[in-house]
Amino acid sequence: MKEELFVSGRAIPNIDPYLNIWHWSIPVYLFLGGLAAGLLFFAGLYSILGKEKEMPTTVKWATFLAPAALVIGLLCLFIDLKHKLYFWQLYTTIRLQSPMSWGAWVLMLITPLSFLWAGSYVRELKPSWKWTFPLLNKVEVWVAAHRKGLAWAMVILSVILGIYTGILLSAFNARPLWNTSLLGPLFLVSGLSSGVATILWMSKNHAERVLLSKIDLILIGIELFLIIHLFMGFLASNAVQVEAAQLFLGGEFTVFFWVFVVILGLVFPAILEILELRGIKIPVVIPALMVLIGGLIFRFIMVEAGQITRYLY
Amino acid sequence: MRYGMAIDTRKCVGCSDCVVACQTENNVPIGYCRDWVVEVMAGTYPELEIEIRSERCNHCENSPCVRCCPTGASHLEQGGIVTVTHSECIGCGACIQSCPYDARYSHPDGYVDKCTFCLHRIQQGQGPACVAVCPTKCMYFGDLDDPNSEVSIALENRKFKVLAPEAGTRPQIYYLI
Repeated sequence: MKEELFVSGRAIPNIDPYLNIWHWSIPVYLFLGGLAAGLLFFAGLYSILGKEKEMPTTVKWATFLAPAALVIGLLCLFIDLKHKLYFWQLYTTIRLQSPMSWGAWVLMLITPLSFLWAGSYVRELKPSWKWTFPLLNKVEVWVAAHRKGLAWAMVILSVILGIYTGILLSAFNARPLWNTSLLGPLFLVSGLSSGVATILWMSKNHAERVLLSKIDLILIGIELFLIIHLFMGFLASNAVQVEAAQLFLGGEFTVFFWVFVVILGLVFPAILEILELRGIKIPVVIPALMVLIGGLIFRFIMVEAGQITRYLY
Repeated sequence: MRYGMAIDTRKCVGCSDCVVACQTENNVPIGYCRDWVVEVMAGTYPELEIEIRSERCNHCENSPCVRCCPTGASHLEQGGIVTVTHSECIGCGACIQSCPYDARYSHPDGYVDKCTFCLHRIQQGQGPACVAVCPTKCMYFGDLDDPNSEVSIALENRKFKVLAPEAGTRPQIYYLI
């Protein structure tokens, strides 16, 4: 038997009895950041490949959601800060060892870029559109002239954004559930998948939808593969990580994780997409929404469960 | 110069004087604490063993809180003391997540707060408040690089351990066992 207690008493808000310093706004941001990364990655990719005409939703229309997702995500991050008026301190330094510093700077670059990209297609959506400020006409011309360069920047920055949402957590060695290098790729793939699901939902073009369904199936496959490896890694690791894995293998997050994330968020939408590709009529909104909700729940669970896990001494 | 502390788990009676001294010295808000006392009971009756530890920030040499801070508010002071510059802290909570010892908390004013080894007292040539008040004199503070310091002598003559060495943080609080 081993029993441990605080004889001096200790009940610090949000620290005891277990850590709960990050609430809803962090998982919501991680989801929206991943979603924006997915949208912008495929927009940039298919623009570089010259598929603007074949994949109009991917390259043009879906990107209108990216700036919105990023702005709401940034707002969530701001809400979470406890010393809010000092947020500008993030932009007085670059700290290469801090994932959060990377994230702050990538968001600083990719958010205006997403506005430029989406803004340059406003006139195609609404031909009578007139910019209020004459300067914006010049910006529009500039974006159209430098589209290839911007597309490359978008692809690179969106990969950094998508993978950083996972590395942000995995860099914390004090939280055994997060402390695995698989989390970066897993969050990236999950973010790309939610991006594809959103485009799929919006697209009216049959050929585009078929291609997007196939991409999403590959992404879901990679995600399942990474999740299995995640748990194999935990179970083969030290005591604290075995204990972290137990939260999902019989512990309090078991049902939430396996039912809502893995089955309803990955396996079931994948089956629906396969059936749809085989020609059975299924409203695309169903698999798309399931992927999105699954991705959101996944981030909530990871943030919540990760804070419970800790070193024992 | 490398500040460290040795705490004798065999002399400590768990009176929590160190906790109150710290709260008073550093104006710690009510309901919060920078140090705390843990009692670990192990074994089966009647073969019971008790260990009492006064715990606080370990001022780790390989400090994850300093690494993950996005603004540089968490930093190493002279002698390896980990402190937070309040006017640079944005209250993001990354350092709180990164600490294997849960030694940091979010101050009601917004910034992150923690043990400073009473840096303001050290600068005046005094030791930390917790060490100064300990009625059993179970805490030794000083320069680990100086072989004649109280802490170095204590570590030379006794067996000791650190908390969660597997976390790789190289903590600078040593528990004499």
